[in-house]
Amino acid sequence: MMGCDIAVIGAGPAGMAAAVRAQESGARVAVLDDNPTAGGQIWRGGERTQTGALARRWLEKFKSVDQFAITNCSVVSAEVDPLKLLLETSDRTEIVRPQKIVLATGAREMFLPFPGWTLPGVMGVGGLQAIAKSGLPIEGKKIVVAGSGPLLLAVAAHLKRHGAQVKLIAEQASRGALAGFALQLLRSPGKLFQAGGLQLSLMGIPYLQDCWVTEAHGDGQLKSVTLRGASKTWTEECDYAAVAYGLYPNTELAALLGCKMFGAVVAVNELQRTSISNVYCAGESSGIGGVDLALVEGEIAGYAAAGQEPAARKLFGARKRAQAFANALNSAFALRSELRTLPRPETFVCRCEDVTFKRLQSVSSFRAAKLHTRCGMGPCQGKVCGPAADFLVGWRTESIRPPVFPARLGTLTFDETEQQDIAK
Amino acid sequence: MHETIEIFVNGRAVRVAAGMSVAAAVFVAGEHIFRTSVTGEPRAALCGMGICFECRVTIDDQHHARSCQIVVKPGIKVQTS
Repeated sequence: MMGCDIAVIGAGPAGMAAAVRAQESGARVAVLDDNPTAGGQIWRGGERTQTGALARRWLEKFKSVDQFAITNCSVVSAEVDPLKLLLETSDRTEIVRPQKIVLATGAREMFLPFPGWTLPGVMGVGGLQAIAKSGLPIEGKKIVVAGSGPLLLAVAAHLKRHGAQVKLIAEQASRGALAGFALQLLRSPGKLFQAGGLQLSLMGIPYLQDCWVTEAHGDGQLKSVTLRGASKTWTEECDYAAVAYGLYPNTELAALLGCKMFGAVVAVNELQRTSISNVYCAGESSGIGGVDLALVEGEIAGYAAAGQEPAARKLFGARKRAQAFANALNSAFALRSELRTLPRPETFVCRCEDVTFKRLQSVSSFRAAKLHTRCGMGPCQGKVCGPAADFLVGWRTESIRPPVFPARLGTLTFDETEQQDIAK
Repeated sequence: MHETIEIFVNGRAVRVAAGMSVAAAVFVAGEHIFRTSVTGEPRAALCGMGICFECRVTIDDQHHARSCQIVVKPGIKVQTS
């Protein structure tokens, strides 16, 4: 593997911005990403699918560092002093030893268990959109979009534009909280909500607030969902239900490196530096805030990692504005406590190991749950049930051990001295 | 029209658009179950971004491949559970 000064992990907006600014500053940059193309989840598919001006601008800029990007690559393990990353692609194992790391590992959707949520046809919100963008035919399909956050609006509009019959959007946040947020928006740079709301009304998709899915029904395949609204409970037939409750930061690698956390996110200073001096973090993994915040944090991290602190400081004002918007967004879409009552005793919380809510309630920590129930021990390594357990019962996944991603045995026993042979 | 390629899903030949993910191709082939859980439940793609492992299938000789993260190639043989 080529030498590099800075390894950027994640090629979403934050990682792309960090890589571009670090490279412009003269650093040799390598970008590592698990997906087939750069762009992250929000610009999934890269140039092939993205038509928005902001996405195109950054994807274009990123071309200068694209040749040093490795896609479809999992970072399996990481060490500090000195920094060392163990990577796996479908046919290779490699070790990278950068001087500095920028973690831009993004976020995943937060899924909350409810009866029937494991039925085929129940997907995430970004999940359904990603699969639709990658080719799933949705024309004429009846779809319920539910959960929380601005993503529901964007995804519903996308699905409808591509011929789906979007029956409704169920947003768990209260009408009052959202009205307050809409007022704040008038003073903010983002126009997302007005734009989203207007588009939806033109499209004829009902946007219900104080409303959530309580159960999915079907015999081996989704047939309908039951919804609870402000004044009634009813059932909607659908082919797909897209249900997710906002985003949860991906912090496994940061935890493995030993970076200090602040709640569920990676703690950073004003230069986006973590508690480890040569490790930076930007984007959703250092706090859920959306694409504008991710980009400016990425730029700051990229400049700072490349030793260009004055350039980084010039962006502090822009970051502050983006952060204010993110704070308003996060408080408007805060999750209601009733969602904690959705799983029944027999509802699976851990989908990999089929661990029920009842079994989880018999233990007192995520660690105990792992030991006694195998919750979080399956292939996803707690990435789905961990955030759910955090929300349902307040457990955090305390210890992270490698591999953070299921890896081949050959990768785990990888001997660097044989690297030349294996790499060929 | 986009270029199409032929792949095999559970032994049946299916034509799908080039550039499509294997997960999408499984749906196009008319399948809706990707794997069977440890207690025997049918499961299908959930997260669409390679995190949840619910969409794993066998692609040629590769077991437990996350179909949402892999783009179809001509002639691949995809096996769901």
